[in-house]
Amino acid sequence: MSEPLLSVEGLRVSFPGKGWRAPEHEVLHGVDLHIEAGRTHGLVGGSGSGKTTIGRAILGLVPVAGGSITFDGRPIHAAGARQRRRLSRDIQVIFQDPFTSLNPSMTIGDTLAEPLLAQRLSSREARSRVAGLLDDVALPADAMDRLPREFSGGQRQRIAIARALAIGPRLIVCDEPVSALDLTTQRTVLDLLQEVQRTTGVAYLFVSHDLAVVRHVSDVVSVIRRGEIVESGTAVQVTERPQHPYTRRLLLSAPVADPAAQRVRREAYRREFAGTEA
Amino acid sequence: MLFYVVRRAAAGVLLLLVISFLTFVLLSLPGQDVGRTLLGLNASEQAVAAKNSQLGIDRSVLAQYGDWLSGAVRGDLGTSWFTSEDVWTAIGNRLPVTLSIMVGVTLVTGVLSFGLGVWAGVRRGAVDRFVQVFGVAGYALPGFLVTLVLVLVFAVELGWFPAIGYVPLTDSVGGWLSTITLPIIALSIGSVAGMAQQVRSSVIEVMRQDYVRTLVSRGLPMRSVLFRHVLRNASAPALTVLGLQFVGLLGGAVLVEQIFGLPGIGAMTVSYTTRGDVPIIMGLLMVSVVGVVVINLFVDIAIGLLNPKARVA
Amino acid sequence: MTESLPALTEPAGAAAPHVPAVRRGAFRRLVRNPLGLVAAVVLLVVVVGAAAAPWLTTHAPDAADLRSAFGPSAPGHPLGLDSAGRDIWSRLLFGARNTLGGALLALAVAMVLGIPAGLVAGYAGRWFDAVSGWVVNLLMALPAMIVLLAARAIIGPTVWALMIILGVLAAPSFFRLVRGIVVNVRHELYVDSARVSGLPPWRIIGRHVLVVVRAPIIIQISLVAGVALGLQAGLEFIGVGSSSDLPTWGGMLNEGFQFVQRDRTLLLWPGLALGLTSAALVLLGAALRDVLEDRGTDPVVRRRDRAAQRAVAPAVLDGKAERSPLLSIRSLAVSYALPDGSQREVVHEVDLDVRPGEVVGLVGESGSGKTQTAFSALGILPSGGRVSRGSIQVDGQEVVGLSAASWRQLRSHVVSYVPQEPMSNLDPSFTVGSQLVEPIRAATGASRAQARERALGLLRSVEIEDPERTFRAYPHEISGGMAQRVLLAGAMACNPRLLIADEPTTALDVTVQAEVLEVLRRLQQERGLGVLLVTHSLGVVADLCDTVAVMQDGRIVESGPVDQVLTAPREEYTRRLLAAVLDEGQPPTVAAGRADEGER
Repeated sequence: MSEPLLSVEGLRVSFPGKGWRAPEHEVLHGVDLHIEAGRTHGLVGGSGSGKTTIGRAILGLVPVAGGSITFDGRPIHAAGARQRRRLSRDIQVIFQDPFTSLNPSMTIGDTLAEPLLAQRLSSREARSRVAGLLDDVALPADAMDRLPREFSGGQRQRIAIARALAIGPRLIVCDEPVSALDLTTQRTVLDLLQEVQRTTGVAYLFVSHDLAVVRHVSDVVSVIRRGEIVESGTAVQVTERPQHPYTRRLLLSAPVADPAAQRVRREAYRREFAGTEA
Repeated sequence: MLFYVVRRAAAGVLLLLVISFLTFVLLSLPGQDVGRTLLGLNASEQAVAAKNSQLGIDRSVLAQYGDWLSGAVRGDLGTSWFTSEDVWTAIGNRLPVTLSIMVGVTLVTGVLSFGLGVWAGVRRGAVDRFVQVFGVAGYALPGFLVTLVLVLVFAVELGWFPAIGYVPLTDSVGGWLSTITLPIIALSIGSVAGMAQQVRSSVIEVMRQDYVRTLVSRGLPMRSVLFRHVLRNASAPALTVLGLQFVGLLGGAVLVEQIFGLPGIGAMTVSYTTRGDVPIIMGLLMVSVVGVVVINLFVDIAIGLLNPKARVA
Repeated sequence: MTESLPALTEPAGAAAPHVPAVRRGAFRRLVRNPLGLVAAVVLLVVVVGAAAAPWLTTHAPDAADLRSAFGPSAPGHPLGLDSAGRDIWSRLLFGARNTLGGALLALAVAMVLGIPAGLVAGYAGRWFDAVSGWVVNLLMALPAMIVLLAARAIIGPTVWALMIILGVLAAPSFFRLVRGIVVNVRHELYVDSARVSGLPPWRIIGRHVLVVVRAPIIIQISLVAGVALGLQAGLEFIGVGSSSDLPTWGGMLNEGFQFVQRDRTLLLWPGLALGLTSAALVLLGAALRDVLEDRGTDPVVRRRDRAAQRAVAPAVLDGKAERSPLLSIRSLAVSYALPDGSQREVVHEVDLDVRPGEVVGLVGESGSGKTQTAFSALGILPSGGRVSRGSIQVDGQEVVGLSAASWRQLRSHVVSYVPQEPMSNLDPSFTVGSQLVEPIRAATGASRAQARERALGLLRSVEIEDPERTFRAYPHEISGGMAQRVLLAGAMACNPRLLIADEPTTALDVTVQAEVLEVLRRLQQERGLGVLLVTHSLGVVADLCDTVAVMQDGRIVESGPVDQVLTAPREEYTRRLLAAVLDEGQPPTVAAGRADEGER
């Protein structure tokens, strides 16, 4: 296979400790990750596993303490402000919370035009591009002049997708993009993401705590726990023939919506994990 | 907890050192000829120089500060340039007056603002509207203007209280009360207004918390939810405001003492600063900053006791 | 999940009708606010009066005529003459220039120092934040009045210099305000999005940060201006501000106070001017706050409504004998008071039964009214919400309109609650132990030691490893999964027969969820509890429930045994919900086992 679009190797990230002179607290202890162009790489783990931090490190939102991140053959883990701004054309983001990821006092049109204007488009070009984007994510054109609070969670997430797509990126970091949504809305947003991938060939790093969601959208899945990748492989491999006990635990912990199947799963869970802690 | 208190106290001491140093340097800057001012225009050059060296102000500022600091640590704040009074004695004589007022105001503020604030926050309705209007009104009028009106009405017109003067507590309790009541009321209006607002909004905030609902669902009587849980969680922000208000109160005390002719450190500040008596000014500033630091330390300790998370942070 | 909030927010899925942007017409709304209008007019009059002083007066402010001292109002002297025979009207207007000018200078200095510093400290943080934080703490420990007096001792009676110092002392109020807001904004995801979009920092500040701090700064300006005005006048009043002849309001007040016995009007006019201006500033600030912050007012529950709430007569329902379950809900409707006084019904005609030993799932999407239904059965609807129709019986007792004391009895002995968010449902100021002990003592009157023993037993029963340590811990010292176990233990404290659990595992990791569900199942079976389990997860329903009711838009659309509803749903909506569950593919349980064997 050809060179991956994004390579993360030995990534370490630390956060300053709380209080004066407190020791640093390392949340990623050498993480490897490779994302192919046009594919979806799922990253699944519990809270505090560091899965969100990986995405934020790729986006340049947290400083990298060690290791390397390479995008399209160029190292980006130490990118300066200017390189970062150039990178924004290639790497974009969709955050979890549709309620705080949009500025409440800016109209949807202004929010969507922001990345375009940052790339020096004229405001007329930006406006017509915004109209096209809204169409792409199946929102009415008059959404442009409205404020985020007038939209439901699912609609806001569509807006966030439109913003991420605005400059035609090659990689989008999706940080729990559907976790805050209802089941039925979740499904439609996931469908939209997949359709976008088919038409634009964008690659996703899809971060989620929900193995079912990750499995649904991903080609490759990595399982992260306490700042380390414990298992990585194709979606089918990881979700049907999990090797690491933690992956198995994740799988068996998630209840299925069929009472009979869930009884079987619960028994399997008890056999393997009764009385132990995750 | 002990570590927390020690750290807060250390920060306070550091603050005192920095402020005293800065003030000392700033007070020494203008280089006015103190000896000349003291002895008058007719004094000889030698006499002025001798006076300056006697006062020690012919030396470097650092050396002067060193002397002052070593004295201050031992409780010796020097002597006044103009009256040769011992600074500490001079301040000590006037401190009880100001302390009486400050303690009174703090008590009145604490009791009234917590009472009103909790009542308004829990019952809402008319009390709530009163507290809000009172909050704005109390804030809207400069304190000394309110004081003037109080004097005019209760002392001049009605004659219920003496308009000026002070009777020490040791002389007569009734006299003491009658002389400090009006000043305390005057100063309390503004601080009660501000703090009752704060208590009210923290109480409303806490009442909305999930744990309050859960505690109610556990079958606890509303009274104990209110007085144990809501009050405790709502007091920390209110106490912080109390600490901040204390600084403002010191300024208010200056005006109020001036208006009522009370011989406190506020009035003393006015009369001595007009003359530029550096040792006295230093002493006054230090005493008031120590007051602020001590109050804030109490507030910090109280918050630490109330809120276990604050102790770690 | 936003479900636990009162359902006053727009229902998800339905976009609100088109409303104009917030900022539009802020000025018009200010003018429509009566207090704001009056305050603005007063300020305008004062400012115009000060600016046009030379044209509005016939006498110079310092033209003294001792013969006509204390003269009454006369032509050319509309407000009379002061103790030195100077024209009061003229002194008032020219005094406004000095007084307002001084306050304005202090304000300007405070803003110039405080706002940019606050922006940088909040946005960039690091060393600048640390250093400026220290300086601010230092400034805030200084009593302004005393420092000003000391400063006057050195630099002499120049009011402008003193006002600059006052500005420096007031700068922290802007600094703290701006920094606090900016720190919050900086962590907003939309700022991260803007950074990822390639916006340079100055444009992020311009587009995202300034917008947020603008309104609070405007409000703060009016408040600080009021304080500066008061302090300025105060300094003049005690006679240490400017040299004597310069007319100022504070100076005029001082004069008036000296001659208070002789002529009250000397005190009246400057007092009125100062009081009105100062009040106008603060009132303008209050009005601006209402207009700019656009606060949605709480729905006001008036006493009458409360009475109405109690007066709701439980609907007389058929077949009392049929209704023996632990929890029996009939034709329940829940309504919220809207700010305009109208009512909005969020739950309609809900019927639901929970029998002893039975686990009933109440499933639906956010805004479907499932939490509102559960809260009604516990009597803990948020303020503004009430049962507007129907009947709820807990253990055979009607609870709609029940007195507080009877509710306490029920909550202490029959029904208990397991909330959704583990952390926010424990009081951060009390240890875990004391939060368990308190309800036990309130319910049973047990001694402290007995209650403690019981609490430790409860912690053991929810499989907490070191109960003693957890008992002593504060909520912030334990993990989310642990906290949820503690809440479960708390719900068990009074040996309830009915447990109402609102999304008890939604906030937990899936691995922790499995553990907590196991504990819940064991407790339920051991004690034969009736459980009403509110959840959005069909998997949790399949795992734990016997029967399930599906809610949509405040109504129950389908209910029945779990096996039937989840495998052969009758209603279209239920089918849609099930279809949205992501395809699990091959049951990984079997696959996992196989892989296991293959390895060996």
